[in-house]
This record gives sequence, C-alpha cells and structure tokens, in this order.
Amino acid sequence: MKIINFLLIIFLYFSSFVSFSNEKNFDLENKIFKNLRCIICQGQSIYDSQSDFAESMKLVVKQKLDSGMSEEEIYIFFKNQYGEWISYDPEFNTKTYFLWGLPVLIFLLGGAIILRKLAVLKN
Amino acid sequence: MIFNYIGNYSLIISVIISLTIFFLSISNLQKINIQKKINLNKLNFFQFFFVLVSFFSLVVLFVLSEFSNITVFNNSHTTKPLFYKISGTWGNHEGSLLLWLLILTLCLFIYYLSSKSRPVKERLLTLIFQEVIIIGFLIFLIKTSNPFNQIFPIPKEGLGLNPILQDPILAIHPPVLYLGYVSTSIIFSSSLASLVQGNINSLWAKHIKKWIFASWIFLTVGILLGSIWAYYELGWGGFWFWDPVENISLMPWLSLTALLHCILVLEKRSLLSSWTIILSISTFTLSVCGTFLVRSGILNSVHTFANDPERGLFILIFLFILVLLSLIIYFLFEKNLKTNNYKFNLFTKESSILINNWFVMYFLSVILIGTIYPIFLEVLSDQKISVGPPFFNKLLIPFLIPFLIFMSIGPNLKWIKNKNFGNKIQLLIFFILNLTMSFFIFNMFGTITLTSTILLAASFYLFFITFKDLIKKDYKNISQAISHFGFSLLILSILMNSILSKEIIANLKVGEEIKFMESTIKFKKVENSSRSNFKSLVGFFEINSKDNKKFLFKPEIRIYNQPQVITSEADIKTNFFKDKFFVINLVKGEDYFNIRYQEKPLMIWIWLSTILIAIGGSVSFLKRYEK
Amino acid sequence: MKNRYFFIIIVLFFFFFIVLFKGLKNPNVYIPELQKEKNLSRFEASDFYSNKKTSSLDVFNDNNFYLINIWASWCIPCREEHDYLIKLKEQNLIKLIGINYKDNFKNAKKFLNEMGNPYSKILKDENGTVSIQLGAYGVPETFIIDKNKKIIKKIIGPIDKKIYNEILLIIK
Repeated sequence: MKIINFLLIIFLYFSSFVSFSNEKNFDLENKIFKNLRCIICQGQSIYDSQSDFAESMKLVVKQKLDSGMSEEEIYIFFKNQYGEWISYDPEFNTKTYFLWGLPVLIFLLGGAIILRKLAVLKN
Repeated sequence: MIFNYIGNYSLIISVIISLTIFFLSISNLQKINIQKKINLNKLNFFQFFFVLVSFFSLVVLFVLSEFSNITVFNNSHTTKPLFYKISGTWGNHEGSLLLWLLILTLCLFIYYLSSKSRPVKERLLTLIFQEVIIIGFLIFLIKTSNPFNQIFPIPKEGLGLNPILQDPILAIHPPVLYLGYVSTSIIFSSSLASLVQGNINSLWAKHIKKWIFASWIFLTVGILLGSIWAYYELGWGGFWFWDPVENISLMPWLSLTALLHCILVLEKRSLLSSWTIILSISTFTLSVCGTFLVRSGILNSVHTFANDPERGLFILIFLFILVLLSLIIYFLFEKNLKTNNYKFNLFTKESSILINNWFVMYFLSVILIGTIYPIFLEVLSDQKISVGPPFFNKLLIPFLIPFLIFMSIGPNLKWIKNKNFGNKIQLLIFFILNLTMSFFIFNMFGTITLTSTILLAASFYLFFITFKDLIKKDYKNISQAISHFGFSLLILSILMNSILSKEIIANLKVGEEIKFMESTIKFKKVENSSRSNFKSLVGFFEINSKDNKKFLFKPEIRIYNQPQVITSEADIKTNFFKDKFFVINLVKGEDYFNIRYQEKPLMIWIWLSTILIAIGGSVSFLKRYEK
Repeated sequence: MKNRYFFIIIVLFFFFFIVLFKGLKNPNVYIPELQKEKNLSRFEASDFYSNKKTSSLDVFNDNNFYLINIWASWCIPCREEHDYLIKLKEQNLIKLIGINYKDNFKNAKKFLNEMGNPYSKILKDENGTVSIQLGAYGVPETFIIDKNKKIIKKIIGPIDKKIYNEILLIIK
C-alpha cells in the first residue's frame, strides 16, 4: 500500500508539468531548424545560429512549410541546393552503410562474446 | 620580461628532471637500490615543482598584462577583470597544454607517494611509462606550443579574450576536466606496468580503484560544468548538441564508466583481467585522441582551439606511438594474465556488469563512429556529410530501454550465484505500474511514439527501483545506490524535459505583445547603458500567466568593442519545477527584436542529478567498511 | 591465433593513422560547390526598379546562355569582379541577370552608376530567400546557365581572370 501511495505522489508531481500544447506547427518548424546546418557558422544548426544566412534559411523553410511541402521534401530541397552536408541526419545509402551498420555490428559482436562467457550455452 | 625566461627555463629544467627520472627508473629496474628510491620521490616533486613554477610564471604574465609574451598578447586585454586574466592562462592552446603538464606531473608525484604498497618493479615501470607520456608532452609543448615566445616591439594592448569565454563556470571547466583526463594516464601506466609484472589481480584492482573513481568523478563534474555553461551562456537553452568536441569529452567518460564497473569485478572475483587492461588503454587513448581532435583543426566545431595542422600531426604521431607500444606490450605480456574459461552464471552481479559493459561499449562506438566517420568518408571518397543529433538519437535511444531495465535488475543481484531471485513479483508489479503510468502521461499530452512510452516506463522503473535501494539504508552499497539513483534521475529529467519543453519565437517591437499558451508576453521597454567594456541593451518583458501572476524578464544584449562581438545574455528564472528562459536578439537593420521564450521543466534536476552521480562516487572514498 | 588478432589490429591501426593524417590536410570548412549539373529551380523575386513581382520563368525565356550574378553595393569583392561582368556583356554571347542581395536601393543605384550596369535585368533579394532558392549563401556568387536551363557552373567568390576565361570557353 505504501508503495502505491508513494507512486501516486510521484505521479502527481510529474503531472504538474502537464500543459496542453497547440504549438504543433512551431514544433515541426523548430525540428526542421535543428536539423539543418548553417553554412556561415558551421558548427551550429540554423536554429542556434544568429547569422544572416541562418535567418534567411529559416524564412525559406517557413515559406515552404506554408506552401504545403512536407518535412522530407524540405530536406530534399536543401540537400539538392547545398549538398548532403546541410542535413544533420545522414541518409542511408552506399556512402553510409558503414556509418549505420558498424555500431549495430559491434553490438551483435559484443553480444556474441558475452554469450560465450555466460553459462547459458551448454556444449 | 623576466617571467618569460623563468617560465621557459623551468620547463627545460623539468625536461632534464623527467629524463633523469626516466633513466634512473630504468637502471633501478635492474638493480634495486633503496637509496635511489627515496631520490625518486624528490625528483618527482621537483619535476612537478618546476612545471608549477612555469605555470605560475604564465599566470603572472597574464595578470600583469605583459604583452611581450605572444600568448598573453593573443589572449588578454588590460581591461579584463583580474579573475579572467588568471583564467585566461588556460583559456588558450599553449596555456591549457601547460595545465595538462602540471596535472600530469602532479598525478605522478601523488601516485608514487601513494603506491608504497605495490611491488617496487611495478612502481618503477609505472614511472617509466608515465615519463614517456610526460616527456612527449613536454617536447610537444616546448617545440610547437611554447607559451613563452616573445614579440618585439612590445604591443601596448592585447587582442583580448572572447567575452563569451569570460564566465566563472567556463573558467573552472578546463582544470576540472583535465584533472579527469590526465589522471587516466596513471591508470594507463599502472595497468601496463602491472601487466608486465604479472600483477593484475584483486590487490592491484583495489589499489587502482581509487584512481579510477577519482578520475571518473572529475570527468563527470567537468562535463557537467561544460553543459551548464552552454545552457546559461550560449543563448538557446540547449545543454548538449552532439558537437564533435562534446562527443570527444563523453567518450573517455563512457570508457571510464565501463572500467569502473570492471574493476569491481576484478577486485571481488578476480575476473575480466584482460578486458580491464584493454579498457585502461582505451580510456587514456580516447583522452589523448580528444586532445588531438580538438587542437588539430581536423574537425568542424564551435569549440575547437586555434587550428594548426602541424600541432595536430605531432599529437597524432605521439598518440600513434603510445597506442602502438601499449598494444605491443599487451600482446607480449598477455600470457601473464590468469585467464580461465570461467563461465558466468546468468543472474549474478558479474554478468550484469558484463552486460553493462556491453551496452556502454556500444554507446561509445556509436558516438565514436558518428564523430569520426565524416573524416573518413571525406578522405576516402571526397564527399562531405554531416552526422548530428538525429543519428545519435536513432541509434542510442532504442538501446537505452534495455539498458535501463538491466540497470534496474543488475545491481541487486549477488556475486557468483543468485540463490533466490526473490522479489520477482514485486519487480513485475513495479514494471506494470510503470507502463500504465507512462501510458497515461502520454495520453494526456496526446503525443508521441511507442518507443518514447516504453522509454519513459523504463526510466521510471529504474527511478523507483534505485530510490527504493537508496532509502533501504544499506551502507555497504550506499555509493552505488546514490550514483545509480542519480543516473536514473538524470535520464528521467532529460526525457521529461525534452518532451514537455515549450517555446515561442517571434519578432516584437517595443510596446507589442504576443500570446503564448495561456499567457501574454508584453514587450515593455528597452534600456541602454554603458559598462566598462561593453554597451548594454536590456529588454523589459512582462509575462502575465493565466492565474494573474506577473513575471518580469530582463534579457540583455551586450555589444563589446574589443573584440567586436555581440552576445545575448538570457534571463533565466529557475525553480525546482521548471526553468523559464528568455532571450532577445538584435535584427540587423530593423526596429524590432527577435525574442525567444522557453519553458523547460525539470531543468535543474538535470544538473542536480549529475552532481548526485559524482557524490555517489565520492562517497566510495569515505567507505569505512569492507565487504 | 593470437598473432592473427594482433596482425589484424595493427593493420586497422595503421589504416586509422593514415586516414587521420590525410584528414589533417583537408580544410574542415565546408563550401557548397556544384557537384553536377542542376536544373534551375523556379523562383520569384521583385524587379529591382519597378518592384513588380517577377517569376524566373519569364526572365529565363530565351534559348540563351544566362549568367546570374548575386551582388551588393556593400560587398567589396563585387567591385573587383564587376569589370569582368562588363566585359562579358560586351561579348554579347550571354545575358547577365543581376540579383541585388540585402541592399539599400540608393546605394545599389549609385554602385551601378559608378561601375557600369552589365545586367539586362536586375532582381531584388531583400531577405536572402531568393539566393537560397539558387543554392547560394553569400556575395558574390555567380551561376552560369546553359541553353537547356541547367546550372552548369557555380562560382563562389569574385570572378577573376582565370574564371573569366573559363566562362568565355563555355559560351563560345
């Protein structure tokens, strides 16, 4: 019983943060901003960057969103103009098989090593 | 002036002493001479002392604004406050390397004093390996990054330090971080030395455990300070950007965390000895690799120091030699390790640590591959891509779920064999309750995916379990309980924060207002003023919340003249529930301002939980009881 | 067995070293150069003089070589390359379209009066969005469009003698 009381208290504490949001568009906009790199301040996304170029890019993204382009189409547009570098999300193509595949391979390799060490498999 | 020469020659004396220690240790290996051993303590001290003198000279040069010194000229200014003149000493490439050396020599000195319980030959070998590192860095410093180069004619004023870097947290961030990185060198040297001598056993593990914990605590706090600074100073309320330099600081931490768990297994059960050595090598390698990547100009980042490929080449070769030597030593002396084909039983503490290492190594490989893959792709195929937050999120978050669940179960298991896996029912009830609760939470927000729901459930699960462990008052495991609870709180806070944060970005003129959720933001006025080295523009914003509470925000824009930089100082109101974050920006050529207002729940818990993790580690030093 | 592992690791190791060594030499700043021919995307901009909204379809309507030059009066390298633009106009083999980037009208007109006007049409890009439609990110930048409305060359930075000759080769 104590546990349930305790859980309820924690739950109520966390639910004090609840607020309903109608900022759906904002969220999508910001999501795209955080995904595109600024060419002037190259270490930052256009969301973080204060350069003029970032401001212009944000305007273009907003224009495209308003004209009905989807998130994917917007990324394709910018990659067409500036190269794949402009997006923080690397594609999955011949260039990036190792990028996406190696970590998973390492995970599986680790799993295999562990299995050998565990007294699970009986020879 | 004279401190330039004192600084320079102290370094040279230090090199001589280092070489002396090196050769003396080698000769001592062959014939043990107690007389000479005492001398080694003194020599270690003087090696440290002269680097300290050199470092102190550089500080004096900065404080006195002695612009005959090129480093001071490039990085300081007469109008800088005293505190920042001092911290400017290590806020540049040359000075920070000198700080590296200072801590390197200090660690060695402390190590030799505190390792009297270890066999003589092991201590000497540690000394030798450490000296190789010290001499390498000394030569690197003197030859390519000497902080005591002079310029003539003497300039009247310096080029100033970036005002963004004039911050108290950023001032202590490098020293704390370096304490963490550099102390991994002792772990490295001691591991190799112990391997050569065939001493990798429970006793050695107990001895090196202190260093591992100390190093880990400093790294945790160091990385935390960097994130706190980024949050308060960089303007947009982010604290982790998956920037290459941040990733590089995280990698040694991950390796060290794995090592920290491993050393416990080695101490208690004398198992995993070869893996422990490999982790020791990799942790130090990653630390030096970090130094290379940040200073060589090979990476594209906001954080990098001045880019100089010549320096990068030196570090690369040095790193290469170190790793090559350590690999050779490992393969040569591996037969000294008492390996046995021990099979781990499934539900034991040691197998959960194995699983922990498995996952942590996976996280490490994701970050490592994500960070250096663009370099490899560009060299091999001349194509440039970017790897950023989406990549890391996609590959890390799904694996975080099983990791959290394993972390909930693992620490409570016993060594060797778990007789009763009792409390199974309690654990199951916990988990189901969690799942239901998370489902409700997500239903209320109307958002998100199955992954996020299960992730939240797993985080809550870990949170409750670790909290239960914490209040159980089991003093034998209190440091583990605190750190694990801290970690669960960290994951939970980050998760809730990222789900529940709300923001608005708009362009406003003075007098205008805008609606944000159920509140109104009013732009009341702007105040101009002039300070010692910048002009200040403060915007006054009033936010009326729905229950008629008023909050006044005063975000500031600072226009510096030396160097010409414009910064935004956010106004952040913090409490235990959420942070309210207000920033304004100038818009070129317009009469309106760009404003950003964010409400970020649980922000302060992210910092507090990390501190809790570090506290847990520190408590392990206070342990009075042994199992 | 162990020797084989060792060998593999050492080889991997050398590989890492060589790649990182080569990586040091590459500049780490990214420049969005033109990798292959691209179609000229449609865009809209206001006319410089009349402020009328113009579509790119109306501007690039002939079967001609076109040159799009993004310039501004406040941009110093633009002054350096302006002579080459005048020379190109005099060749009469290519039509020059100017895009005035984030500029003040009076200053821009003064610039043209001083340095000459090589453009058969000038458009305005006050907020930078038009340049982004083309794939530019600063001034000066120049695009060479061939008769099939494809962007065949992109010049980032001012046109110098070498580039001028390359352009001549293309249009002749």
